[in-house]
Amino acid sequence: MSAPASLERPASRHALLHSPGWTGALVWLVAAAAFVLLWQSGPGLAAWAFDYPRAWQIPAVRWIGAAMKWLVNDARLGPVTFTEVTRFVAALLDVPYRIALSLLSTGFLSGQGSNAVQIVPPLSWIGVTATMMLLGLSAGGPGLAALVGLCFGFLAVFGQWDSAMVTLASVVVAVPIGVLGGLLLGIAAYRWPAFERCLVPVLDLMQTIPVFAYLVPILFLFGFGPTAAVVATVIYAMPPMTRVTVLALRGVPPELRDLGRMIGCTRRQMTWRVMIPSARDSLMVGVNQVIMLSLNMVIIASMIGAGGLGFDVLAALRRLDIGAGLEAGMAIVALAIALDRLSQAYAAQAGKAPAAGQGGGFAAGHPYVAAVAVLVATSAAGLLLPAVQSYPEALKVSTGSFFSEAVRWINVNFFDALEAVKNALLLNVLVPFKRLLAGLPWPGVVALLALAGYRLGGVRLAVFVGVLAFLIAATGQWEKAMVTVYLCGISVVIASLIGIPIGILATERVGLWRWVQVVIDTLQTLPSFVYLMPAVMLFRVGDFTAIIAVVAYAITPAIRYTALGLQKVDPRIIEAGRAAGCTPWQILTRIKLRLALPELLLGLNQTIMFALSMLVITALVGTRDLGQEVYIALTKADTGRGLVAGLAVAFIAMIADRLISAGAARQRARLGLD
Amino acid sequence: MPAARDHSSQRGSAMFSRTYIMGGVLGALTLSAACFVTPGIAQESADPIKLTLHDWTGQLITTELMGEVLKKAGYSVEYVQADYLAQFAGLENGDLHVAMEMWETTGRDAMDASIATGKVENFGPTGMKAKEEWWYPAYMKEKCPGLPNWEALKEAACAEAFATAETAPKGRYLGGPVTWGGFDDERVEALDLPYEVIHAGTDAALFAELESAYQRQAPILLWIYAPHWAPAKYQGEWVEFPEYTKECYTDPAWGSNPDALYDCGKPFGEIWKVGWAGVKDKWPGAYAAIKAFTVDNDEMGQMITRVDLEGKTVSEVVGEWMTANEGRWSEWIKK
Repeated sequence: MSAPASLERPASRHALLHSPGWTGALVWLVAAAAFVLLWQSGPGLAAWAFDYPRAWQIPAVRWIGAAMKWLVNDARLGPVTFTEVTRFVAALLDVPYRIALSLLSTGFLSGQGSNAVQIVPPLSWIGVTATMMLLGLSAGGPGLAALVGLCFGFLAVFGQWDSAMVTLASVVVAVPIGVLGGLLLGIAAYRWPAFERCLVPVLDLMQTIPVFAYLVPILFLFGFGPTAAVVATVIYAMPPMTRVTVLALRGVPPELRDLGRMIGCTRRQMTWRVMIPSARDSLMVGVNQVIMLSLNMVIIASMIGAGGLGFDVLAALRRLDIGAGLEAGMAIVALAIALDRLSQAYAAQAGKAPAAGQGGGFAAGHPYVAAVAVLVATSAAGLLLPAVQSYPEALKVSTGSFFSEAVRWINVNFFDALEAVKNALLLNVLVPFKRLLAGLPWPGVVALLALAGYRLGGVRLAVFVGVLAFLIAATGQWEKAMVTVYLCGISVVIASLIGIPIGILATERVGLWRWVQVVIDTLQTLPSFVYLMPAVMLFRVGDFTAIIAVVAYAITPAIRYTALGLQKVDPRIIEAGRAAGCTPWQILTRIKLRLALPELLLGLNQTIMFALSMLVITALVGTRDLGQEVYIALTKADTGRGLVAGLAVAFIAMIADRLISAGAARQRARLGLD
Repeated sequence: MPAARDHSSQRGSAMFSRTYIMGGVLGALTLSAACFVTPGIAQESADPIKLTLHDWTGQLITTELMGEVLKKAGYSVEYVQADYLAQFAGLENGDLHVAMEMWETTGRDAMDASIATGKVENFGPTGMKAKEEWWYPAYMKEKCPGLPNWEALKEAACAEAFATAETAPKGRYLGGPVTWGGFDDERVEALDLPYEVIHAGTDAALFAELESAYQRQAPILLWIYAPHWAPAKYQGEWVEFPEYTKECYTDPAWGSNPDALYDCGKPFGEIWKVGWAGVKDKWPGAYAAIKAFTVDNDEMGQMITRVDLEGKTVSEVVGEWMTANEGRWSEWIKK
């Protein structure tokens, strides 16, 4: 029985933790040997190690299912039931949502449903576009105003306006809640370290459990409709804001804090007058992420009654209208880019203090006055001229069947070539790797992971990683988890192989970065459904198509963090390298990439997170992994089953995250970056 | 008790007298109003009835037909976009009220589970029948001449014709998403068909593969359902398996394989209307209208074709149907 031996190893080699060089290698060698022995001795000797016995399983599905049922039906907070509390929250959320929706889309109505009569029309398309452009002008100058105008113009010209405004209304409600909630949680975590220790795992779960897993309980608690969609969006989009807040507050220079103390600030003044304003730049990064992630949720939100662009994408692709799907998808991208660039400009402007009145005349100096004036003027004009109120039908443009024809052309002419490439990859790489992972004994994998945790971060990390990995097996998810690891693993490798060189190239050539940025923003916000269906047409359903979708999404952090790391390398060190006679290649490999290693590892971490978050989508093209388990549970409204599979995904993410973070911390220490 | 009865009879007579007086004063007016307003509706809730919209055209048409009919009867109607299966959460707690298409073949489990809670009710059949079966494009008949008879599929040449690199020498059959059920893995086993069942993840993926194969006139054998635009757009046929009976799915002895279930075709199921159990009390007139609603497969197939292939909007097609079938729908809302 070699398994127990390898399980015990980490504890018995306590003294070896910081031993350098050959002893470290020896530990790994012995562990690997034990692992191979267990693996090869095979199912004959220890069948339980290959297929977790049903009798030992923790009935987590039943427990969680029962707990959820109790929460929805019987839980009470004093005199009121828990459901009544959540329903009350939903009613509160509904108020700002109705106002936003009335302003942007439906107009103010009297009555309900189809008998309602419009009293005041919604803001006109010209009014909204002009207001956004004015904000752009004041925050970032004429260039930004033009970009924002282009984005909103796109919505009108391609006939996406109505749906886009419905989507915008829910984003406009979800983003402030996400930002404010994230900010408050972040401040609390910064003040009370004990709270932070409890909060971090919760944030990890919020970010990594697939949304489908908690959709059903949310529907029961918050009711069916746009408010439930807003709640789901906030849960998904808030964590980065909290994380960024904690980091930003820690980053406030101690001198400032001392100054605040010297002039006698109260605790409240200290937080709101000193800390938050000086951390504003970093906080805006969080705001930006909340916006991006909220727009990411548009498709899923449309499944539970939010409507808007997400619904259009789904409906178009169900009738295989690739062009219409792409247009609606690009409308989401246009909204994302406009909102993102606006928020970034406001962050930059806040950093530069009195930037207002930098030219551009009255409108740039007094954007809010001008905006109100424009809104009033266009609304009045809209009553007289229908073309001002809503974009004229006759001037709308569509790509029509162009994209469907393009895919058809590729399909008819290149299918065989693509099929050959796909088959070669499938038969030589994907299938063997999948078989390899499926055949590994779970106690061996758990032990190896724990050992890695021990070497990188000590006993605590070893226990953490080991317990999480064991729980995946103990809840009966091991087999599906291995398929998940296989899909994500291969996707992450491919994404890194493509993304890191692009990141390097983009930093070496200055002009290129702007374009790369547009491409990765597009990839991050374009609903993957849009390119998934053409991919199915060219590659059939199955793992290969799933991997394409995952890579397309997960490549963005690989590029982004590579570029970030390389840009941060101290130019003096590069200069020194050049003076010492290094070739450009040597500068890149020996200096830049080495110094950027912590960021590269962070990029890898995020690539894995992004890949895991695409799992549910891959289930839509027929993979058999945890994502599919979550999806099946959703369709059967089986809350327990969905949450257990969702937690297994979260555990995989947390294991990868903790190991890589520990590795990055060690690297930073070795390079003297801390 | 006598006191209570007294009280109620008093209130009753007071109400009666007030109505009487009002009736006396406004006699003529009330009489003329009664011609336009059906008395039943006056007592019903004025809240909007929420009908769910899913993401396929047929369902959008069915729902909008029902909605338009209800509007004609004076009800306020609201359409809510919702996921086919996730909607049950909303139907159970009364956030949503009516779902017009719940397919026997794909939604039965979720529907039964929901009805078992007592908060959701089956409003009866829509009149449409869900047809689901293995399907192939017409050009495949050249390569496998024995079709549509299922026994032709057993021939090695046919299996080869439907094979791909991954499945060869077996044929490849693209089944529906695992969530649809359908027992295709069992069927292949029971009928000893040399095919490998690959499951598509969604029906969008299913039709994407069909479109791709059809463009290249390439072999494909897959799960198709109707009413849908696909059988109208693509020339092809359903495989004819031994006809489904209840015994085939419950009694192994039935059919050509005496030891296995599922040695027959797929069932031909109703498409049901379901909804919140409270509809009956809140809007009795609407409840009756929803129960009375029926259309048939041919009608629906034509309407779907007009939308998906001829590019009309759902509202246009629904409007045309309303004008052409006034006699039918006015029956449904008659008191």
